[in-house]
Amino acid sequence: MARIVGGIFTSHVPLIGKAIANPKLQQEPYWKPFFDGFHEAHRWLDQVKPDVVVMFYNDHGLNFFLDKLPTFAIGAADEYRNADEGWGLPPFPPTPGEPKLSRHLIESLVNDEFDLTTCQEMLVDHAFAIPLQLLWPGVGGRAIKAVPICINTVQHPLPSPKRCLRLGQAVGRAIASYGEDTKVLVVGSGGLSHQLDGERAGFINKEFDLECMDKLVNDPEALTRYSSIDLVELAGTQGVELLMWIAARGALGDLTREVHRNYHIPISNTAAGLLVLEPLDSTASKSRPIAERVTTAIA
Amino acid sequence: MTRHRSIPGTIIFGTEEAQKGYALNRMCFSFNNAENRAEFLKDEEAYCRKFGLTPEQIQAVKERNVLKLLEAGGNIYYLAKFAGIFGLNMQDIGAQQTGMSVEKFNQKLLSARN
Repeated sequence: MARIVGGIFTSHVPLIGKAIANPKLQQEPYWKPFFDGFHEAHRWLDQVKPDVVVMFYNDHGLNFFLDKLPTFAIGAADEYRNADEGWGLPPFPPTPGEPKLSRHLIESLVNDEFDLTTCQEMLVDHAFAIPLQLLWPGVGGRAIKAVPICINTVQHPLPSPKRCLRLGQAVGRAIASYGEDTKVLVVGSGGLSHQLDGERAGFINKEFDLECMDKLVNDPEALTRYSSIDLVELAGTQGVELLMWIAARGALGDLTREVHRNYHIPISNTAAGLLVLEPLDSTASKSRPIAERVTTAIA
Repeated sequence: MTRHRSIPGTIIFGTEEAQKGYALNRMCFSFNNAENRAEFLKDEEAYCRKFGLTPEQIQAVKERNVLKLLEAGGNIYYLAKFAGIFGLNMQDIGAQQTGMSVEKFNQKLLSARN
């Protein structure tokens, strides 16, 4: 049976792509505190060795446009390609899909009353590609198979934090009922607080970000008291990407163990966050006490 | 009709803005393609007219004025592709919108550490 080995939550600022393309930059004072945060995540990944990633991310106008804009969409493709997002940068390498898991998720989620748009062709933007590049440096999206789940953050009304948490919980149930012997890593891509547009551009809210990281560990329900507009107010117009973290967290079950976190201001206009969590209970997946081994390894 | 609560310096891009800004955002979405970017640069106004932009939107494009583009229904995700054509990054755009120098805007970001 499939099981969730853990969740990784990370920012995906496009500018990170520049430092990925030029690794020397990663040693410079601007970037070092951000990239150093990933070393522990790499060690943890070496221990848990996931087979497939289920990633919650938001499209920034590469695959979806306002003509047809799904609130929730899921990939069901053999391969996910990146492409020019308007800046003429070289595209990130393609990521293989896991169509059998996609089909299982689609059937399970729709039966569970989450009506997602299904995509057999789906371009994936920096929000999908950059987390994979950060987690598997030098290999990126080629390192692992993936199923992308896209949540609308372009046009309001956005789905609420509560709805996103419930979606993630449904994804957790779906993975737990997947008959293959597969180890799944759940990724939430986006955030933390930032605002790109308007006179309020440059808004960052450290206190709220840290509160959210704390709540995500063992009290994600506390975040369901916010509306999506509350998130705009508290985290900025693009800080609403916190919805990806909340959805991914939902898949991990009630309680988790915090393996690692990092928080750094700023990367571009963004407060960059990284959180690594392992599920502790058996409601979402059967989990061995991997963290203890990792802690020993790190010590 | 539901309107959003007011957050200073912030336009909530809702269904009304999405309709108002459709032509402008559709043009910016087309900039994912390098040939379209080149065609725009060859004759900006003709390219704007091809997508049916309003005079207000065409004027905001001419001025590269992000606040006016937002006011005209532009969405920042698509406008970022427009800004990229002129090599403007997010700190340039942030400085322009807040009326600060880029240096001052960067200091503002750094001050969020405290």
